[in-house]
Amino acid sequence: MSKIEINNVYKIFGNNPQSVMPMVREGANKEEVLEQTGHTVGLDNVSLKIEEGETFVCMGLSGSGKSTLIRHLNRLIDPTDGEIIVEGTNVMSFNKEQLIDFRRHKMSMVFQRFGLFPHKTVIQNVGYGLEMQGKQLEEINKTAMEKIEAVGLSGFENQFPNQLSGGMQQRVGLARALATDSDIMLMDEAFSALDPLIRSDMQKQLLDLQSELKKTIVFITHDLDESLRLGDHIGILNAGKLVQVGTPVDIIMNPADDYVKAFVKDVNRAKVIKAKIIMKSTKDSDDIDKTNLIKVNEDQFIEEFLPQIVCSNSNCEVVDKSGNVKGYISNKELQTSLTKS
Amino acid sequence: MEALKKNKKIFFNIGLLAIFVWLLITSYSQSKRKPDNIGELLNDFSWLGGKWPKWLDLPLMNWINSGFKTLNEKYGYIFEAINNVLLYMLMLVKNFLIQAPWPLVILGVIVLTYFASGRKIGTTVFVGFCTFFIGFLHPIFWQKAIETTAIMLIGIFLCVVAGIPLGIAMARSARTRNVILPVLDLMQTIPSFCYLIPGIMLFGLGAVPAIIATFIYAVPPLVRLTDLGIRLVDTEVIEAADAFGASKKQKLWGVQMPLALPNIMQGINQCTMMALAMVVIASMIGTRGLGDEVLLGLQQLNVGRAAEAGIAIVLLAIVLDRITQSYGETLQERTAPNTKKGK
Repeated sequence: MSKIEINNVYKIFGNNPQSVMPMVREGANKEEVLEQTGHTVGLDNVSLKIEEGETFVCMGLSGSGKSTLIRHLNRLIDPTDGEIIVEGTNVMSFNKEQLIDFRRHKMSMVFQRFGLFPHKTVIQNVGYGLEMQGKQLEEINKTAMEKIEAVGLSGFENQFPNQLSGGMQQRVGLARALATDSDIMLMDEAFSALDPLIRSDMQKQLLDLQSELKKTIVFITHDLDESLRLGDHIGILNAGKLVQVGTPVDIIMNPADDYVKAFVKDVNRAKVIKAKIIMKSTKDSDDIDKTNLIKVNEDQFIEEFLPQIVCSNSNCEVVDKSGNVKGYISNKELQTSLTKS
Repeated sequence: MEALKKNKKIFFNIGLLAIFVWLLITSYSQSKRKPDNIGELLNDFSWLGGKWPKWLDLPLMNWINSGFKTLNEKYGYIFEAINNVLLYMLMLVKNFLIQAPWPLVILGVIVLTYFASGRKIGTTVFVGFCTFFIGFLHPIFWQKAIETTAIMLIGIFLCVVAGIPLGIAMARSARTRNVILPVLDLMQTIPSFCYLIPGIMLFGLGAVPAIIATFIYAVPPLVRLTDLGIRLVDTEVIEAADAFGASKKQKLWGVQMPLALPNIMQGINQCTMMALAMVVIASMIGTRGLGDEVLLGLQQLNVGRAAEAGIAIVLLAIVLDRITQSYGETLQERTAPNTKKGK
């Protein structure tokens, strides 16, 4: 069973969304609906599954519906039609109290512009989720301090958010989401408002935390490099429609349509493709010259061993962790994988 | 049901039209100047030209007068009760301030300003001198100023008690806002004498109608600013509270109200200033205070005296303004989103 399942979700913004539903179901696109009825299609028949412990990145340009989609998971926005199933329970069936309880314990969220409470100190912000859970103050402060340390903000716990830099504020946002110990973390363009250096810093921190915590993370971004770095799976949205779901390599090697192609056009392939993806397996490799070989780990990115090959004019022998030979890479494989489609 | 819902607007408009027709018919049938026979109107169309026909006259005046009369006769005890409660509260405040030695009152104002302004020495000293000068201008002004302040304090207290919950209700539902907004517009535009005089008829001469008038005059800005303050709270901050499972109550008191507080304080400040503006007008219905000094000076053509009293009112305004304003400012510094504090 998947951790999160979204089945045929539609979201239409406007005065009378239900009246537009038949038209959308018949396949009218966003522009037609807007022109004829004045309603905006936010999500158009989106279905996807997110597995436990993975980072699912949802990508698209602004207006593609990705922020709308993530808000459906904790019902900050209600869908016009469709079902959202979290851990086997349909979220749409919750009444008010159940929904509040669900938000307190199952999901936490990180926001693009941080969404910190300006009138609360850092430690009060981080403890907010625990406060909502009804925990004792002592326990709140203890857990909050742990999380503040985990994101590297010790010493700032009694500052107000407006005394911190953007990067530090988002660390507070991250610590606040971690503090409730929920299984699922929603991150809505969490790093988009940060400058590039701090952003890559935060990405690394998230990866480190995730390797320990193994939470289910739904991450929204418009940045392909970010999604390739963080995502186990990537879903690409265009005008409210989910156009492709797959692993980072799937997306790059086999883009589903022109929209995805345009997205991956400028990506640095050497940075995201691993040796094991492009190697020829041992039995197909008779034509590869094996006199002058360089050993490469199967999980290394092309970027890491490319300079060596170019300098020494040799081929690669791909091995796994225990040293078994898995395959070979010659210049021909490198050329095909690095050429833009 | 479905049809009713769909055509809500049409039904509403038909209802309005029906009321209009009913008003026409009743005003015609109640008019004393109507023609003997309705048929005359259809034969002789001279009523369409020239002056407004005399029979086309809504008897609103009669309705209000008779309504007012029954209100006074049948429910007089309610107004008497309100009168007694307000008068009691007023006397409590007034007697306390009048019986206290004047240096102590000035000291109290200074201490209050000091803490409200976030320990700003400059503001505190300035306010202290302003308070001193009220009595210094003319010894009698001290007591008059206290009487004025007492009326204002009760008026503002009523404004806060009624205005802030109204503002909250407006921020929470668009429908409530649509109902209350025109009422606020009415309260702000109707000439104050229109409610001062009925006030006298219901509560008698003196301080109580002045308090009521102050309330009607001063409450709209507080309601509006409370509503605005709550609605202006950053949507992402509200979403954050929702996402972590805050209930409606927790959201209101833990997030919305604290963040709206600078705006609400601004509302109370506006409320105070408008209440002070009412003081002079209220003196015309026999309310004692600084206002009647202005009135007296003008009646005697004693320009100096009127000016002195006028300056005393301005000083009182400055004192009250500084106290409420600076409190709002100290709050604002802390809660303003994403502004760096200069260190």
